[in-house]
Amino acid sequence: MDALEIARWQFGITTVYHFMMVPLTIGLGLVVALMQTLWHRTGKPEYLRMTKFWGKLFLINFIMGVATGIVQEFQFGMAWSEYSRFVGDVFGAPLAMEALLAFFVESTFLGLWIFGWKQLKPAVHLACLWIAVVGSVFSAYFIIVANSWMQHPVGVEMINGRPVMTDAWAVFTNNTALVAVPHTIFGALAVAGAFLLGIAWYHLWRRRHDGIDVVGPDGKVIPGQADIPGRDLTDHTVWIRSLRIGAVVAMISFAGTAVTGDLQGKLMFEQQPMKMAAAEAACHDGTGFSVLSVGNVGSQDCDDIVAVIEVPGILSFLAKGDFTTEVKGVNTLLPEYQAKYGTNLPDNPIYGDRAGQEIEYVPVMEVTYWGFRMMIGFGGIAAFAALLALWATRKGTVPASRGLMRLAVFGILAPFGANAAGWIFTEMGRQPFVVAPNPDPSGIDQVFMFTAAAVSPGVSAGELLTSLVVLASIYAVLLVVEVKLLVKYIRGGVASAMPELADGQTHGKEPADDDEGPGTSGSTKAGGPGAADDVLAFAY
Amino acid sequence: MELLPTIWFIAIALLWTGYLFLEGFDLGVGMLMKLFARNNTDRRVLLNTIGPVWDGNEVWLLTAAGATFAAFPLWYASLFSALYLPLLLVLVALIFRAVAFEYRGKVDTERWRARWDLAIAAGSFLAAFGVGATLALTTTGLPLNANGDREGGPFAWFSGYALLGGFAVVGFAIVHGLAFLALKTDGDVRHRARRWFVRLLPVLLLPMAAWAVSVQLLSGEPWTWGAVLVAVVAAVMTWRFARRGSEGKAFLALGVFLVAGTASIFGAAFPVVLPSTISPDFSLTVFNASSSDYTLGLMSIVAAVGLPLVLAYQAWTYWVFRRRVSANHIPEAHSFLPAIAAKSLSTKD
Ligand code: HDD
Ligand code: HEM
Ligand code: HEM
Repeated sequence: MDALEIARWQFGITTVYHFMMVPLTIGLGLVVALMQTLWHRTGKPEYLRMTKFWGKLFLINFIMGVATGIVQEFQFGMAWSEYSRFVGDVFGAPLAMEALLAFFVESTFLGLWIFGWKQLKPAVHLACLWIAVVGSVFSAYFIIVANSWMQHPVGVEMINGRPVMTDAWAVFTNNTALVAVPHTIFGALAVAGAFLLGIAWYHLWRRRHDGIDVVGPDGKVIPGQADIPGRDLTDHTVWIRSLRIGAVVAMISFAGTAVTGDLQGKLMFEQQPMKMAAAEAACHDGTGFSVLSVGNVGSQDCDDIVAVIEVPGILSFLAKGDFTTEVKGVNTLLPEYQAKYGTNLPDNPIYGDRAGQEIEYVPVMEVTYWGFRMMIGFGGIAAFAALLALWATRKGTVPASRGLMRLAVFGILAPFGANAAGWIFTEMGRQPFVVAPNPDPSGIDQVFMFTAAAVSPGVSAGELLTSLVVLASIYAVLLVVEVKLLVKYIRGGVASAMPELADGQTHGKEPADDDEGPGTSGSTKAGGPGAADDVLAFAY
Repeated sequence: MELLPTIWFIAIALLWTGYLFLEGFDLGVGMLMKLFARNNTDRRVLLNTIGPVWDGNEVWLLTAAGATFAAFPLWYASLFSALYLPLLLVLVALIFRAVAFEYRGKVDTERWRARWDLAIAAGSFLAAFGVGATLALTTTGLPLNANGDREGGPFAWFSGYALLGGFAVVGFAIVHGLAFLALKTDGDVRHRARRWFVRLLPVLLLPMAAWAVSVQLLSGEPWTWGAVLVAVVAAVMTWRFARRGSEGKAFLALGVFLVAGTASIFGAAFPVVLPSTISPDFSLTVFNASSSDYTLGLMSIVAAVGLPLVLAYQAWTYWVFRRRVSANHIPEAHSFLPAIAAKSLSTKD
């Protein structure tokens, strides 16, 4: 492997990994904020418990998003210096704004939320969480503006061979970004929905298994309580309500991804026709959506591919909104691309050993074809499962089957898979360009960059390999640690996030936070660890 | 034409100063987890002083990097790619440090805590060292060719300046961390922090002073020499305040030392942002490495709105968590009973 290939693997691995944490942060953040709002409004203990429990898992995950995000921020300069030089005038701005306007907000207000349970007035404390969560949505917006500019460069002029920003409004309202942002947010909510559903199912199942909840003759649940911290009547409410919230979120968000994804498909048809063709492994022009194509989809050679099942008209619908538009296949597009952007890489030293090589315009179709289908498929499966789950739990608890419980828990992985597949498809479908040309006739035609020109010329393959191995191994270890901790806290149930339940001081009634402003909590001289607990509620 | 790039050079210098001032003490407290804290309670006191704020402080680093990318893409590209391995080390250090803060208290065993304590201490040390080396090298030079790429292999950046900058930031961070602990804790930790502070300050601020003077020797100007002088006076004042037990004043005076020190360094380097040691013709300057005026103008508006906001709500955070932390605030570590492991089922109703 040469430096370019290693750098690509590294970028792919580290971003996909970052994007395992990100959707859970965004999705679960929104859900926890909703729960705390409900608690604030109703004062019902189950909502406080839900806030604390899901909030704990949220934090365990959040920190990994932070740790892996820093790598992303540095990586453009470290591994892709030519890319950074080329796009810096446009691309740096959203990145800097993300840090200044989103990351500061997220990290500062989350710190206030974690440590401020007793120091802040309840309304202020709740507001801190909302501000942090809105911050993470803003961060998604800014980074996707940056990414969308690589998919569809707008708002620039070429000066001395570099794109120079001339229209910030165009960059920040890039139509590609405006549909990708909601698509990604819905994708994130899909993750949160499945997460709630799977874990709540597990706990309901466990309560039945342990004989705490029983099912009456009419099939309705009779909740009970056990002499174990947190496993009382409220506990049942916590899980059944979490499950329902999760299922509804999962279904709504799939509908959301479908609507926005459809819009993205239409833009893709205009902006990156080759990606569209590659998503279909479609060689010839046509209208049909392939349900199954066989042959060697990965061969990048059209003669090997045969579409076995095709639904006529659907592809046209995806691309254009009707059933008859012919969508161009690879065989038609290839000569068009070659005519516009050349058949061989120029003899320019920035291409290194690849200078003069033939350009491969067709992305790896195995990846684009299956990536597209995995995204939709996993998302759809998760939404359908959520529907079934709502039905299965209509009488207040889950079936006693262990197999079903396992299915619900493993189902958590489906929307993660859909998200990863979506990004891999989007990014690899853009190849061989790192900045894809904008084919819009009114667009600026010469703004594009081949990935082969983007990598840092001064950095050796050895350095890149070192960082790839180091980062990948650290990430692997940390993934194990994170999952172990999550499992530990999940098994612990609500009491793991609310030690006060275990202390037995509250059974049914929750600590009355409401009348404790910053003024009243100032009594630290009382001594004794317990008494001063309020200083460090939720602390390390 | 040259106004906006100059303003952005100053803005980036300010972001780095903000980073060193804020993350400086939490890096220092991180290092002190091993050197200074004597038992688990001490460590938890230390952690809780920085708990609510360290992540917000770290974003100053991200903003400095992001702003460099936006305002001086060529500076960002050359500096980050030339320092590939040291920055990898910084990344690894920051990853472990961040995760350690959050995960340390999540399992109640000595072994688990000891490992994450090491991650915090070593991570803080390496991050401070790497950032210091990076900043020193961007003011003293790297072997860059005409395209701005490093010549001479993966370790061509290595020089005495890298070590000097590394030790400068490590030393400053430890001193700053002690000053912060003296200000934010009570009881034994507070008193020991003050004693350590008075003893270590004269030694640990030396590398920073040496770095400032070396940059003056390379490219100093009268006013930047003046800034060095201010820094030295501030350091002496810091020491005197600390001896008298005026913790707040000592902390502020140390801040003056930092601001004057970084001003002297960045001021002397100006207008070069990254000198090439191969040929001065290849050096990156405020003028040949910057973005267009349009982009800089846009970023100026954003920064003019955003930065005061950040300062305001971060200041508010410090106000909210203003109370001193001490050992008797630390609650027992609660080892929770996993709900599902318990066998005993009693009541059912
Ligand atoms: C759709 C959303 C999204 C996408 C595509 C990315 N990120 Fe991200 N990132 C987030 C959404 C997010 C977040 C939800 O805002 C995180 C997750 C956890 C967190 O703290 O914030 C975050 C954290 C995070 C952090 C740490 C912030 C902190 O310390 O608080 C950095 C530096 C980055 N990201 C940078 C990047 C870069 C350079 C990306 C491009 C390759 C990227 N992220 C992709
Ligand atoms: C602003 C956001 C993003 C930017 C600027 C960005 C930029 C890049 C760049 C520079 C590359 C390397 C060149 C290449 O090989 O294509 C790349 C590749 C890649 N990115 Fe992204 N990316 C972003 C977001 C993401 C996210 C969130 C993911 C997934 C979670 C992702 C997945 C990938 C993958 C899988 C590759 C490897 C593709 C390949 O090697 O063919 N990207 N991206
Ligand atoms: C019917 C359902 C869906 C359709 C039609 C659809 C369509 C699309 C399209 C066309 C793209 C590529 C955009 C481009 O490259 O220009 C895309 C990207 C993506 N999809 Fe989907 N999608 C669907 C469901 C989902 C689901 C369920 C998820 C996750 C749970 C998901 C997550 C993503 C992600 C993360 C990306 C990459 C980022 C982006 O461009 O927004 N999608 N989707």
